Amino acid sequence: MNDMTPEDYTTADGRKIGGVVMEMKNITLRFGGVVAIKDISFDIRQGEIRAIIGPNGAGKSSMLNVISGFYNPQEGEVWYKGTRRPPMKPFQVAQQGIARTFQNIALFEGMTVLDNVMTGRIREMKAGLFSQAIWKGKAEREEVENRAVVEKVIDFLEIQHIRKTPVGRLPYGLKKRVELARALAAEPSILLLDEPMAGMNVEEKEDMSRFILDVNDEFGTTIALIEHDMGVVMDLSDRVVVMDYGKKIGDGTPDEVRNNQAVIDAYLGVAHD
Amino acid sequence: MFYREAGDFKTSYTEDNQTFPIKFDRYRYYAVLVFAFAVVPFVINDYWVNAVFLPFLIYAIAAIGLNILVGYCGQVSLGTGGFMAVGAYAVYKLMTAFPDVSMFIHVILAGVITAGVGVLFGLPSLRIKGFYLAVATLAAQFFLVWLFNRVPWFYNYSASGQISSPERTVLGVPITGAETAPWAAYLFCLVFVTLSALVARNLTRGMAGRKWMAIRDMDIAAEIIGVNPLKAKLTAFAVSSFFVGISGALFFSVYLGAVEVGEAFGINKSFLVLFMVIIGGLGSIFGSFAGAAFLVLLPVLLKNALVGGMGWPTDLAAHLEFIIVGGLIIIFLIAEPHGLAQLWRVTKEKLRLWPFPH
Repeated sequence: MNDMTPEDYTTADGRKIGGVVMEMKNITLRFGGVVAIKDISFDIRQGEIRAIIGPNGAGKSSMLNVISGFYNPQEGEVWYKGTRRPPMKPFQVAQQGIARTFQNIALFEGMTVLDNVMTGRIREMKAGLFSQAIWKGKAEREEVENRAVVEKVIDFLEIQHIRKTPVGRLPYGLKKRVELARALAAEPSILLLDEPMAGMNVEEKEDMSRFILDVNDEFGTTIALIEHDMGVVMDLSDRVVVMDYGKKIGDGTPDEVRNNQAVIDAYLGVAHD
Repeated sequence: MFYREAGDFKTSYTEDNQTFPIKFDRYRYYAVLVFAFAVVPFVINDYWVNAVFLPFLIYAIAAIGLNILVGYCGQVSLGTGGFMAVGAYAVYKLMTAFPDVSMFIHVILAGVITAGVGVLFGLPSLRIKGFYLAVATLAAQFFLVWLFNRVPWFYNYSASGQISSPERTVLGVPITGAETAPWAAYLFCLVFVTLSALVARNLTRGMAGRKWMAIRDMDIAAEIIGVNPLKAKLTAFAVSSFFVGISGALFFSVYLGAVEVGEAFGINKSFLVLFMVIIGGLGSIFGSFAGAAFLVLLPVLLKNALVGGMGWPTDLAAHLEFIIVGGLIIIFLIAEPHGLAQLWRVTKEKLRLWPFPH
């Protein structure tokens, strides 16, 4: 895809898009006999909002799971920041700076919003067990420093009023926001969003879109997202990958994808004659 | 009336992070500490120490330990009795091998040894969850008791197969053996309870606790945000076993004095501590105390009421006691499935608004 776009460029709204930060090369993922992803390659560039779309069962979530290390593909290579990534456990991928949210909210229901978001800081908090046990030295210092970062994220996503509420008591829309906060607290290099707007009404979608754009704008976070709402995808993203039945059928700017015949066929169906 | 945050402004994260953010709560906690350390030792006698305080304090440590594993990390364990036995035998071997070393150090070391054993038996938790893990820890329970029964080295080849604690001192004051003063035994255990509760609280409000709770609430999500499940689960097993080991060591050396492993640390003990944790409230340090108090004090109270108050024959009262305690547990769990800690939490929430709840 690199020949399509110049190396570094500035978008119409003035955001800087850098070089390739993650590249998927010929990824194939099989579950037994089922081929979930078939020979897909694409890249994600620094600072862009990259959407992955496709009809149900196209393999979008599987793709995200490959990126976040939850599945290891049978074939193909994942390149991250210029080096090939060996097969990894999900927590190792997270430690490299890839954070994500889930299609079905995966928050820790028994913990408060604050504690949930604090878990996002796990990469930065390395105090030993003993220091934590006596709550002195490194542990106490880290707790305060990271709290400051977390509070910034909480402010940013406007969830201050619920910070001490157990997550289990929150309504759906807020939970989605808390989950985003947890991912953001990690200050990730790449943020993966799996259907951030699923099950939301128009207003909540607008809020969420705003947050996604703001995150990208203010922190320069690279975002890869899966979404079904075409309006949202076309408005938000810089480039779009389209998948269907595990194959890539389109890749490019929203306008290019919109006019791609294969994409139109996949979404609207084709007449079989 | 006094229990509220209003007007109690926090100006730093350190202040906001403290264990008792509400002023009234904090002073109540200090008052309890002062009372327990400065008043109780002077007024208690042998009966109170042996019937009420020692079992309560020692079981509280065990309950805190198990609560970390079950309540905070979500790993069910039925091996508590076995791990207490490890603590007891470890402290016995240490006491007899190094008679000059302070008991304080022996008990801590016994906890460390138990932590190691706990990690070993925690390894299956990486592959199995829930009831299946409970069965695996049950194996630990039976194996450990069998081991201490069958290998004479553990009980120093004594003829009876029992272990009994010789007299040992801390700062010149006898803590174990027949010469122990009630207040000394009480204070010794109280120090350990206080330290255990503090450490447990610090761990559970910090990153370690968050990792454990993340594993408990949703292990897959925990792994995806960067929690190493192997490390998190094994630290939970280690910390939990450390406390359980300390409680086992105290149970044998300070409280009972002589122990036959199958009797003192059988499967019943595992269930008793598990009940304490469930009744007290999973995932709550206060709940561990409440549960231990409930199950230690209730039988004593009932016995006093039935035998002393109503003049029933002792054997009848003893049997009725089982029925009543069992019934109360069932009724209680139906009324408040989240345990005494939840009851306490609800009370506190009501108190914050009292007397104007609307």
